[in-house]
Amino acid sequence: MRSRPNAKASPRAGGTAGWPLTLGAVAGLLFLHVPLAFILLYAFSTEEKSFVFPPPGLTLKWFAVVWERDDIWRAMWLSVRVASISTLMALILGTLAAMALYRSRFFGKEVVSLLILLPIALPGIVTGISLRSAFNLLDMPFSYWTIVLGHATFCIVVVYNNVVARLRRSSPALIEASMDLGANSFQTFRHVVLPNVATALLAGGMLAFALSFDEIIVTTFTAGQQTTLPIWMLTELVRPRQRPVTNVVAVFVVAITFLPILGAYYLTRDTHESGGSGK
Amino acid sequence: MTDRAEPPTAVRFARVSRHYGEVRAADDLSFEIADGEFFSLLGPSGSGKTTCLRLIAGFEQPTAGEIFVHGRAMAGVPPYERDVNTVFQDYALFPHMTVADNVAYGPMIKGVPREERMREAAAMLEMVALGGLGGRKPSQLSGGQRQRVALARALINRPKVLLLDEPLGALDLKLREQMQVELKAIQRRVGITFVYVTHDQGEALSMSDRIAVFDRGRIEQIGTATDIYEHPASAFVAGFVGVSNLVAAEVAAAITGASATFSIRPEKIRIERPEAAVPEGHCAVGGRIESVLYLGANTRYAIALDHGGELTVLDQNREEQTGLADRRVGAPVKLVWNRRHIQTIGARPPAP
Repeated sequence: MRSRPNAKASPRAGGTAGWPLTLGAVAGLLFLHVPLAFILLYAFSTEEKSFVFPPPGLTLKWFAVVWERDDIWRAMWLSVRVASISTLMALILGTLAAMALYRSRFFGKEVVSLLILLPIALPGIVTGISLRSAFNLLDMPFSYWTIVLGHATFCIVVVYNNVVARLRRSSPALIEASMDLGANSFQTFRHVVLPNVATALLAGGMLAFALSFDEIIVTTFTAGQQTTLPIWMLTELVRPRQRPVTNVVAVFVVAITFLPILGAYYLTRDTHESGGSGK
Repeated sequence: MTDRAEPPTAVRFARVSRHYGEVRAADDLSFEIADGEFFSLLGPSGSGKTTCLRLIAGFEQPTAGEIFVHGRAMAGVPPYERDVNTVFQDYALFPHMTVADNVAYGPMIKGVPREERMREAAAMLEMVALGGLGGRKPSQLSGGQRQRVALARALINRPKVLLLDEPLGALDLKLREQMQVELKAIQRRVGITFVYVTHDQGEALSMSDRIAVFDRGRIEQIGTATDIYEHPASAFVAGFVGVSNLVAAEVAAAITGASATFSIRPEKIRIERPEAAVPEGHCAVGGRIESVLYLGANTRYAIALDHGGELTVLDQNREEQTGLADRRVGAPVKLVWNRRHIQTIGARPPAP
């Protein structure tokens, strides 16, 4: 195909990008995703002390090793429990906060909504340190529940963002229409508000679960002796033997966190709303 | 007192006010709407007509005064316990429900079994000419169809009063005219009191039994369409309902002999040759044609009067009239109208 001698046609207007831009985009995508491919590859490597390329041989035995190890299962189970409970708390509190701030107007409303959003904007290390000192001040022993509380701070934001975005798009007259047709507040919530925000809740919940499941910074500060899966992986990396075990676990973590995010994307893609992720 | 039974009152406002801080959205309003009446609240945006509707529905509470619906005081009664239903401006159909479920929402809340309420909903949809569309989602309907669903959803509850908040505002002109006829027909069939909010004077004139003209939170005039149009009580009503010529007192003195501001509708004025005789009971004024606007059915003239000021004249095009030598811009004319059509306006200043 011959290039047209039209100097005015910019790459954007023409619909196709010039080759430097294409190259840049491809390089960027490769930089982001090739390491993931290596994680996957080394999960099958026969070399257990270091990561060498190419791997000397391929094996499935690390999957068996992972299956046998209790500490991995304990960490995995703890992470699932933490993520579930934080997500549940976030669903309830995030929805209530979104509805309260959406429906009422009061002095300081902007400040309150900023305060709700803050935990996701703050560096995790700040959240972690502040929670740790707060728990110390309150004489709370570090436990499963302190981890859950730490995770809930940013899970709420995700749910809140999704629900607020949905409420903004739906007509405020819907609630009035329901009341007008004889429904009291509870019936209105059940038949009109809840079904309208249901997919937003599902999407927000999935994102919150994924965020909590791979969180490590806040967890480091709020956990006692408990080892969540990300923490287990961090400690495992410094051990010299059985390195591919970490990779096998990483593959599972990718699968477990990727599926909900994919699901959230498909649930909300028609509605142009932000997923609110950023942690 | 006579023995003749008055029609029962559907809605009564007794010195009702609704203030938002300094803003008086409704200012000391007292009026009654008779049972079965098609009553329009007409006014520009921000004149308080929608506030009145929301006060009846229960979405707003009066700052002062009392509202009665069929004799029952409404103070403290929440919207869901009032025997009124609303057709909202943007329809407010529930997007997650089918059309039939939308219509059956009221009966569902009242606990009517599913089969029965779906049968009722189907009958209502039939009435608004949407039979067979019950299975669709509101997003799959056109604007006019959504409008009918909203109407069916309200009427299925057989309210004592139906409130309509500019229900035809979002429709295009053709559809709007068609729906005006249908709404009026439906109202006659169901016999329910309709309280209709609109800023479109044509809509109010064509559909209403009575009209209340609102301006700045107050009612300027209540009356039938003919009352309001032919005998406007104030300069505001004369200007807002239809087009009107307002003749200032000084000019009026030269024309009628009485120094009082009056209004005259453009279609009541005849354009004659300057030498034409003036019939008994008519008044006349000389002028010069300033502009000619051909509108198809009518031609609109602007006439500069010899005494100062300008009058708009609307002339029906019974014959082909444009292009006549004595109707060209600059031609001298004599304007003639029957004194009956003069509406003397009170001292109230016109609205800004």
